[in-house]
Amino acid sequence: MLMAKVFSRPERIRMYWKQYVREMQKLGVDSIGIVLMISFFIGAVICIQMKMNIQSPWMPRFSTGYTTREILLLEFSSSIMCLILAGKVGSNIASEIGTMRVTQQIDALDIMGVNSAAYLILPKILGLVTMIPVLVTFSMVAGLGGAYGISFMGIISAEDLTFGLQHSFNVWFVWMSYIKSFFFAFIIASVSSFYGYTVEGGSVEVGKASTDSVVHCSMLILFADIFLTQILS
Amino acid sequence: MIEVQNIHKSFEDKDVLKGITTTFPAGQTNLIIGQSGSGKTVLMKCIVGLLEPTSGKILYDGRDFVGMGKREKALLRREMGMIFQSAALFDSMTVLENVMFPLDMFSAMTLRDRTRRAQQCLDRVNLLDAQKKYPDEISGGMQKRVAIARAIALNPKYLFCDEPNSGLDPKTSLVIDALIHDITTEYQMTTIINTHDMNSVMGIGDSIIFIKEGFQEWTGDKTQVATSDNQALTDFIFASDLLKKARQAFVQV
Repeated sequence: MLMAKVFSRPERIRMYWKQYVREMQKLGVDSIGIVLMISFFIGAVICIQMKMNIQSPWMPRFSTGYTTREILLLEFSSSIMCLILAGKVGSNIASEIGTMRVTQQIDALDIMGVNSAAYLILPKILGLVTMIPVLVTFSMVAGLGGAYGISFMGIISAEDLTFGLQHSFNVWFVWMSYIKSFFFAFIIASVSSFYGYTVEGGSVEVGKASTDSVVHCSMLILFADIFLTQILS
Repeated sequence: MIEVQNIHKSFEDKDVLKGITTTFPAGQTNLIIGQSGSGKTVLMKCIVGLLEPTSGKILYDGRDFVGMGKREKALLRREMGMIFQSAALFDSMTVLENVMFPLDMFSAMTLRDRTRRAQQCLDRVNLLDAQKKYPDEISGGMQKRVAIARAIALNPKYLFCDEPNSGLDPKTSLVIDALIHDITTEYQMTTIINTHDMNSVMGIGDSIIFIKEGFQEWTGDKTQVATSDNQALTDFIFASDLLKKARQAFVQV
C-alpha cells in the first residue's frame, strides 16, 4: 500500500526534481568517501590473503590477481558494498523520515495536501538507484587500486597482478554487479523508508526503526543476492 | 464554516468521541477545550482528516469531507492551514523556504512572486529579519509565528491550531493568540483552536466547545464562561483557588 502511494503521480515535478537532486547528493555523493576507503583497504587485504593462502608452486602466478578481481567484481563491489550502505544510508533514511513523523512534519505535509509518502520516499529510491552504479564503479576501481597498492609493497609483482586482473576477463561480471546493485539500492531505500514512515512514538521508536531497517535491509540483500546470483550467472 | 455532525470515533473497543455535533462559524476563533484525554485532539484530527471518524459527517461549507475521494480531499486540503503543537517546521529548510513550501508546491506564481508572498507572510508575523535562519536557530515562539506564516501563505479558508501556546511563556502566548485572532478576522477564515490555555479561552474564545469524556459538555463564548453554572466546566476552567476567587469576584460584580 505504501509503495502504491509512493509511485503515484507527483503534485509538482519541479519540487520532486529538487528533492531527487538533493537525495543523490546526500545518499550518493556523500557516500563516495566511505566507499572508496573501505574498497581500497578490502581490495588490498583480499590481494594479500589470496597471495598468502592460494599462491603455491602448483598455482599460476596470476591466480592472486585473477581471484582478487573475481571477488571484487562478483561480490564485494555490489553485495558487500550494499550491505555497508544499508548501514550508512539505510539508518540515515529511517531516522530522517522517522524523526519527521514524530515531530509532525509528515502530518504537516498531509494537511497541506501533499502526498507525503511520494514526496519523501520516491526521490530517495530514485536518487539511490541512480547513484548506485557510480558507487559500484568507485568501489571496483578503489578495490583494484588497493590491490595495486600491495604490489607497491612488493608482496606481489605488478606484472603478475596486471596479468591476473586481465586474465579471462568477462565483461558480463561487471554488468551483473551493476544489475544486482540496482535491486539492492531499491531494497535499501524502500525498506528503510517504510520503517521510518511507519514509526509511532518518540525517539526510542525512531532508534528502533533505524536498527530494524538496517537488519531487514541486510537480510533482504543477502536473500536477494542468492536469487540474483542464480538468475544472472 | 465547518459543521461537525454526530461524530463518533473508536479505537478498538474504546469510544473516544461519542456523538459530537457542533458548528464552527467563519471569521471567528473557535476553541475546543477539555482535559487531557477528553478527545479534543482526536476531534481535531478527525476534522482535518488525519483520522477517519467511525461515523458522522464533517461539512466544509456544505462539502462532506468524510465521503470525499482522495483527489477531492487533496484539493480541499489546499484550503486548509494548520499550526501544530511542535510547529512542525521542515528543519532542512530555512524560515523563508518553509513559508514558500506550500506556494512552491501548489501555486502557479513565478519564483519572484512566491518569494514576495512568503516575505509578506513573514512580515505579517514580524519575522522578516529571520528569513534566512533555520528553525533550530530561532526560539519556540518564533517557530510558532513561522508556522502561522506558512499556514496563511496560500490564503486558506480554514485554519487549525493544535495547542499553539504549548511550551510558550504567558507573554509570547498572548502575542500568538492576538496574531491568530487578527489573522482570522482579517482573512475571514474558519479557525479552530485546540487549547488548554485559559488565557486563550478568556481572550480569544469567540466560540467555545468544552468536551468531557468524548461528549460535548458545554458550548458558549468567552463572556459566558465565568457565569456558566456547568459544574464540569467551572471545575476545569477555574481549577486553582486563585481562579475560583477571581470567578466569585466577577460573578458578584
